[in-house]
Amino acid sequence: MNLNLTLFGQMITFAVFVWFTMKYVWPPMMKALADRQKKIAEGIAAAEKSQRDLELAEQKVAEMLKESRQTAAQIIDAANKRAEALVEEAKDLARTEAQRILAHAEQEVNQSVIQAKEVLSSHVGQLVIMTAEKVLRQSIDIEKHHNLIAEAIKEI
Amino acid sequence: MSHAVSIAQYIEHHLTHLAYNVKTSQWQDDGSFWVINVDSLFVAWVLGFSFLFLFRYVAKRVTSGTPGKGQNVVETLLDFVSGMVKESFHGECAVLAPLALTIFCWVFLMNFMDLLPIDLLPRLFGSVGIDHFKIVPTADPNITFGLSISVFLLIIFYNFKVKGGFGVLKESLTFPFGPWLFPINLMFRCVEELVKPFSLSLRLFGNMFAGELIFVLVAAMLPWWSQWMPAGAWAIFHILIITIQAFIFMMLTIVYLTMAHEQH
Repeated sequence: MNLNLTLFGQMITFAVFVWFTMKYVWPPMMKALADRQKKIAEGIAAAEKSQRDLELAEQKVAEMLKESRQTAAQIIDAANKRAEALVEEAKDLARTEAQRILAHAEQEVNQSVIQAKEVLSSHVGQLVIMTAEKVLRQSIDIEKHHNLIAEAIKEI
Repeated sequence: MSHAVSIAQYIEHHLTHLAYNVKTSQWQDDGSFWVINVDSLFVAWVLGFSFLFLFRYVAKRVTSGTPGKGQNVVETLLDFVSGMVKESFHGECAVLAPLALTIFCWVFLMNFMDLLPIDLLPRLFGSVGIDHFKIVPTADPNITFGLSISVFLLIIFYNFKVKGGFGVLKESLTFPFGPWLFPINLMFRCVEELVKPFSLSLRLFGNMFAGELIFVLVAAMLPWWSQWMPAGAWAIFHILIITIQAFIFMMLTIVYLTMAHEQH
């Protein structure tokens, strides 16, 4: 229980141990800890940055979506207008075509009427001549009465 | 414990060092200064070298990437100690943190020897002819004073290094009561500084010696079938004590050296 040489043994040992720890244990361990701290900080920063990037990208996507919706609506509007115009055009075309056909038909009918009138008048002339022959019991000299006949036909 | 040995003999046997007298070259503790307590120093060396070897082993393979199990343990310890140092000490000192780490680990391991069964190592050494072996180095005042006097020398060294001879003198003469009461100031300062190594070492020594003594008493006085209960309870309580004592020694060292760096 006395203080003796052990004391100095212990002091020397202690000094050597502290020196060893100071020289060969503490610095490399602390360096590793600091390095890891730096790495983790960098990792967190990178994660935050990519989070921000993601948010930006999401905003951009939303904007693009909105824009393309507008464009699509515009395109649909234009298409609708075009379709209406086409329908109108077709209607106009059909109307004019119908009028043309109608006019044509009217013309044909008129021609037919004129023809029929001509045929009829010639038939009537003959009939008149025949009837007149029968009435007069003699032939009519066509050349003699030509003028007369023509007048009669005209009056029909 | 055999009945051939009396209780007093048993206790005395457990309190005797394996001692070697350098001057007379005899394995005997005659109370002179030239005696070395071989058991204390041997255990202290074995424990110190083993933790330094472990730390060096880890420090050599240290990686800033994912740490292994060993690195995890050592890193946790270093983090703990450097946190304690940074909490109170705000300067540049390359020695303080490694010093605190060495103290904490070494003192803890030396205290831990107290938890080994009281008769285990003395019996083992006894079987090879070594009849005395005290297993707990920190229950030897030589070991605790060895630590605390080293710390004391560092306190003095840093006092003079930071403040200079004149600064220390001025501080000793004028603090805390002003220059007119300089004799009292000087006396206060001397007492304050001299108390430090005693408070450090006697606290640790007292706790460990008393702790060991209780284990010895339990083993000496109680019948073998009932020893497990008081010894077990004391051992569990002692886990707390050995950790706290190691922590206090480290913490006080940090505080004392911080005070040595601070100018009044």
